[in-house]
Amino acid sequence: MATATENAPAPPGQYPPHPEGLIGGSYDTVTLGDKIADVVIGDYPTPKAWWGWFLFGFALLQALVIGVAYLFWYGTGVWGLNQPAAWGLAIVNFVWWIGIGHAGTLISAILLLMHQKWRTSINRFAEAMTLFAVMCAGLFPLIHMGRPWLAYWLFPFPNNMAVWPQPRSPLMWDAFAVSTYFTVSLVFWYVGLIPDLAYLRDAARNRLQRLVYGVLSLGWRGSAYHWRRYEKLYLLLAGLGTPLVFSVHTIVSFDFAVAVVPLWHATIFPPFFVAGAVYSGFAMVVWLAVPLRHYYGMKDLITDRHLELCAKVMITTGMLVTWGYSLEVWMAWYGHSQREWSATMQRMWAGPYWWSYWALILTNSILPQLLWIKRVRCNELMLFLIAGSVHIGMLFERYVIVITLTRDDIPGAWGRYAPTIWDYAVMFGSIGLFVTLFCLFLRFLPMISITEMREFLPFKQGGRDGHSCMENAK
Amino acid sequence: MSTPTTETALHGVMAEFLTPDELIAATRKAREAGYSRMDGYSPYPLGEVADELGFPRSEIGAVMFIGGLCGAVVGLLMQVWITSYDYPLSIGGKPFWSWPQFVPITWALLVLTASMSGLFGLLVLCGLPQPYHPVFNVPQFIRATKDRFFLCIEAVDPQFEVGKVTDFLNGLQPESVAEVPE
Repeated sequence: MATATENAPAPPGQYPPHPEGLIGGSYDTVTLGDKIADVVIGDYPTPKAWWGWFLFGFALLQALVIGVAYLFWYGTGVWGLNQPAAWGLAIVNFVWWIGIGHAGTLISAILLLMHQKWRTSINRFAEAMTLFAVMCAGLFPLIHMGRPWLAYWLFPFPNNMAVWPQPRSPLMWDAFAVSTYFTVSLVFWYVGLIPDLAYLRDAARNRLQRLVYGVLSLGWRGSAYHWRRYEKLYLLLAGLGTPLVFSVHTIVSFDFAVAVVPLWHATIFPPFFVAGAVYSGFAMVVWLAVPLRHYYGMKDLITDRHLELCAKVMITTGMLVTWGYSLEVWMAWYGHSQREWSATMQRMWAGPYWWSYWALILTNSILPQLLWIKRVRCNELMLFLIAGSVHIGMLFERYVIVITLTRDDIPGAWGRYAPTIWDYAVMFGSIGLFVTLFCLFLRFLPMISITEMREFLPFKQGGRDGHSCMENAK
Repeated sequence: MSTPTTETALHGVMAEFLTPDELIAATRKAREAGYSRMDGYSPYPLGEVADELGFPRSEIGAVMFIGGLCGAVVGLLMQVWITSYDYPLSIGGKPFWSWPQFVPITWALLVLTASMSGLFGLLVLCGLPQPYHPVFNVPQFIRATKDRFFLCIEAVDPQFEVGKVTDFLNGLQPESVAEVPE
């Protein structure tokens, strides 16, 4: 431990630049807290763009409301589903959203265990992204049921029909995995928020804010005893969240891989899905971080260095999924399975949806190669566009997997699948739900963890030069 | 409640410090001076303060371990009971005790119960939610969530005497010292 004089805060003013470029400007614990909290308590005027995005999201949300109402009234026949393609955009969207959610847990849990300092300024909004993405994801299996009001039948409970759900089925695994994932993400997020809510209570500008944040902060007072338990809980939640995030997407991939369908029934699916999830999630983190930097002036806290690191995670996971695509083809050929090989040919070449496979390869594997070039990945606009390409690519990836169903073993059983306007209504409507929730989060909760950022500040600026959760957690 | 040593009942005497290292040093000196019932307050976690307070290890690990173990055991037994006893179905000719297929739900319940017992363990052990606490009576304490660090020697301490404690804390060169009304 350094002596008191050595670590005494320097007088406010110009501090030396952060050695790793992870925080810009000249912040101490007070100005840093104000910078983040002012957005919430109203001292920082709500940007006009916030209203634009909120109204855009809220308008799109109406498409979801109408789409779901129509679906519930007429049944799942309003979607383009039929035999043999009984799974359509609903499952595509489910996997897409839950994949996006995984980056939040990766940032908050895995990077914490890995001592990655750069997680500190992006973990809060990435965790919020996780929660909202899992909400959007969970919606799709629910509304996909013919009788969604019986959704509770998914869970085992004693009932007068004397029947139970089947614990050997991926359907039940999914129900448990996704609901656990949502609950644990919510707990992790809320525990992280408690000290920030206590600060908001103390910084509140009016009675209502003091009351609401005071109730939510549970009377947190920063006692050393409480901090010790808090840090232990935080670390253990990260330790549980890390295998959880892998297991959840593994189970999502089991929805496909447990079925005996050519190209689905493959051991590559779990790791391949997890890599794809992290890939799309970081693309979404970039999509959220760039507007925050511009509209809220957060460039000092979410620095160019953060964006570059996100780009590096994207190129890594992008190469992993590309490897997965090539392994799928390789195994189909090397396995000498005629079914696998004919399904591959249908997917890539002979089938009616060959273009979607190549759209996937273009957007997910080829265009992101530009990130190898430092000038491209350090250019905000280019990074934003490439992240957009990944969003489209990941949607196509799941689409390509699902429409494998249209080409069965017997040509007489072949079919086609085309989404209807009601498929698109819920798909774009779920984006509206996400945008609406995220805008509300930005307005009412601190988008960056104030407490962790204060601790992260260098000693001279009043912090502890890093988030030392692992050292304090006992 | 504490025995009233002055006219108004006191929760303790609190000193305010500017830096985390001053709080850590002050806590150590207070412990060396023989005080045992005290608490440190900081806007972000300081493991050293808890160490100096004599709280080297929290209970959360044990709480979460037991919680997770219960969830996993109950989850596994539930699936075995459903598939083998109450509602046995032959699925693809698999044995009723097809344990690999019970792993996903067992694992999910382990994580769920461990996390929830951790959260409730934190709340119960810390006595939260707590609508009222005496430390908030000190006006300076509003900065405890912002940029100041506080050490409060509590009236329940066997050595507690207002005058002596105040003098002791003043000797640590704090920013301010205040009595904390109950």
